[in-house]
Amino acid sequence: MSAILQGGVASTALSPFKTTDSNKLVTAPSRSSLSVRSRSDWSKSFGSRLIARRSQPPLIPNAVATKKTDNAESSTSSKSGHELLLFEALQEGLEEEMDRDPHVCVMGEDVGHYGGSYKVTKGLADKFGDLRVLDTPICENAFTGMGIGAAMTGLRPVIEGMNMGFLLLAFNQISNNCGMLHYTSGGQFTIPVVIRGPGGVGRQLGAEHSQRLESYFQSIPGIQMVACSTPYNAKGLMKAAIRSENPVILFEHVLLYNLKESIPDEEYICNLEEAEMVRPGEHITILTYSRMRYHVMQAAKTLVNKGYDPEVIDIRSLKPFDLYTIGNSVKKTHRVLIVEECMRTGGIGASLTAAINENFHDYLDAPVMCLSSQDVPTPYAGTLEEWTVVQPAQIVTAVEQLCQ
Amino acid sequence: MKFIPESSPQRVPCYRVLDENGRIILNSDFIPVSEKLAVRMYEQMATLQVMDHIFYEAQRQGRISFFITSLGEEAINIASAAALAPDDVVLPQYREPGVLLWRGFTLQEFANQCFGNRADHGKGRQMPIHYGSKQHNYFTVSSPIATQLPQAAGVGYSLKMEKKNACAVTFIGDGGTSEGDFHAGLNFAAVMEAPVVFICRNNGWAISTHISEQFRSDGIVVKGQAYGIRSIRVDGNDALAVYSAVRSAREMAVAEQRPVLIEAMTYRVGHHSTSDDSTKYRTADEIQYWKMSRNPVNRFKKWVEDNGWWSEDDESKIRSNARKQLLQAIQAAEKWDKPPLAELFNDVYDVKTKNLEEQELGLKDLVEKQPQDYPPGFHI
Repeated sequence: MSAILQGGVASTALSPFKTTDSNKLVTAPSRSSLSVRSRSDWSKSFGSRLIARRSQPPLIPNAVATKKTDNAESSTSSKSGHELLLFEALQEGLEEEMDRDPHVCVMGEDVGHYGGSYKVTKGLADKFGDLRVLDTPICENAFTGMGIGAAMTGLRPVIEGMNMGFLLLAFNQISNNCGMLHYTSGGQFTIPVVIRGPGGVGRQLGAEHSQRLESYFQSIPGIQMVACSTPYNAKGLMKAAIRSENPVILFEHVLLYNLKESIPDEEYICNLEEAEMVRPGEHITILTYSRMRYHVMQAAKTLVNKGYDPEVIDIRSLKPFDLYTIGNSVKKTHRVLIVEECMRTGGIGASLTAAINENFHDYLDAPVMCLSSQDVPTPYAGTLEEWTVVQPAQIVTAVEQLCQ
Repeated sequence: MKFIPESSPQRVPCYRVLDENGRIILNSDFIPVSEKLAVRMYEQMATLQVMDHIFYEAQRQGRISFFITSLGEEAINIASAAALAPDDVVLPQYREPGVLLWRGFTLQEFANQCFGNRADHGKGRQMPIHYGSKQHNYFTVSSPIATQLPQAAGVGYSLKMEKKNACAVTFIGDGGTSEGDFHAGLNFAAVMEAPVVFICRNNGWAISTHISEQFRSDGIVVKGQAYGIRSIRVDGNDALAVYSAVRSAREMAVAEQRPVLIEAMTYRVGHHSTSDDSTKYRTADEIQYWKMSRNPVNRFKKWVEDNGWWSEDDESKIRSNARKQLLQAIQAAEKWDKPPLAELFNDVYDVKTKNLEEQELGLKDLVEKQPQDYPPGFHI
């Protein structure tokens, strides 16, 4: 598992894990456009399983330009930084990696001169040519397989599914080959692909285009899954995924592509296996990812007004879970609410509930609660669709219930 | 208004060089093969035959769990390999171990994989016959049918990007051409203008499904044109024809940066695998006929002998040597340890995740507490 960390020092007092890696670095602090507080202690340490890859000179760990918010405490801030939308952040990350390493290439439907359905690959074909940014015929299993074959021969393909739902057609290649060939070949072949695309419930896109594929893929051994939610982590995760030697599935959300945020000018990378502390708190741990992060933060505003102090963590790493960050939080607050977009049955929340119960049972004062979508196909009608997705009001009620 | 007929009155002709008696057909065009190359080809075909028989018997004796033979397809296996360059990347289905044999994989290495022992390059992770060797540019066999075809398009794409003097070569059976991946893989390779040679071993049977139940077209060769791919039908049991066809296809693929399709007509003499008894769905007479009268090894042998390059002495020597080496290899492979428990959790990722580490500790704990429940020689 490659972890590309940058900068400094320090281990947190809560850690039962020893820090033995002398190359251990600190990730640049993450900021969400909705974060209210900043804390001085952003540094984390990790156990010896993480290997810091020094593939380039050390990067600058400065924070981004701070947003003006009510309770913003002072923190290191640089006046540099540029504002962009989430899809542009993905494109920036992708372009930087393609500049850096000639083996990185892109393949998928309409990614070339059309620039991709969500414009993530816009301009790349003009810059890098038609071969490196490849328009493929319509066959998900085929271009995923193609990416795998190319990866086994030394390239680093970024495979785009026009919608995550279509990747169900590529399940055979993803499960049987992508996830397994490193293992079954006895370690001889690596498959450093990135499979990415928009998923999740959009605005009336219909059932087939509103899928949460992280549920289906989570069992596949050998792959990693991450979900981005802000322009900052979108770019950081894209870069980290491309540099990883493991196959990584990067989940984007259809409704988050136009989020705007200011991100650093300097180069940075996010850790693939790390969760993001969105809002530290004391009363309850709310675990979420992707679009639900914003519903949670909206509920958090209401909750703060009602006197609660929720700790909100964007888990970001869907496979494997960052049980270190999550565990520390549970040990502090003793109450857990999971808010996800997956279906109730067999979703990420279901697995996370099991993991938390197994590992942190002693620290829980109440059963883990999980708010998910119902086990129904997403209907087209707007009013119905809205009620298949967890809304802030439900989150507030759940927190009140748990904190009684 | 004219409909294109569903079939043409004549089948696509089959390219052939040697007749059934191993004599060069008058006026046939082919790439000449030197004595050295011809003798090596024959030796390897004979070795492959012996290997198949001995491993099959080993499975029947319960020494390995499973095996797939290439009986009847030795010419395709060896002659195609002989026509390729070492840099050409091979993506097999599962009935092409001869290609790996040609490239230098030793009989001991084959045995190690079948026994899944400590020395297996695959670290005991795959079933027997799922060979793979990065060193020999032979991708690890993956059981699902036809998944290697889009991957071959990807390999071709990669070679094209790096402007290498090499191509991707991939194999598929007649049954595998029904899979979606076949159509997509060919289409992609054509659109990408990727240097890929697709070799279809049309051996008449897909387990118990005869080709008449697999497709309604005139074999596979006619499908190439549907994707804009240059194609040829060749007599797969004629080693010289296979050699010439694959060699030409390879040159075309690399020089012109295009895919090529070869349909090699042959017959699956053996059962589909050791889990199959083909006498249940075809007559023993049919099998005997192809085994005795249409045998590619005998046919090539006649030609090599007629040239004065091979004698009965050489024959008994090569067969007994191969047999001896194989028996030794099997005995050694059988004795060696299986991979240790640590290999269960390695290579899932480049570095183990926390949950895998926990699972490994849990299992170690279990084994240490109750060693009597685990087979002897079970290593941590």
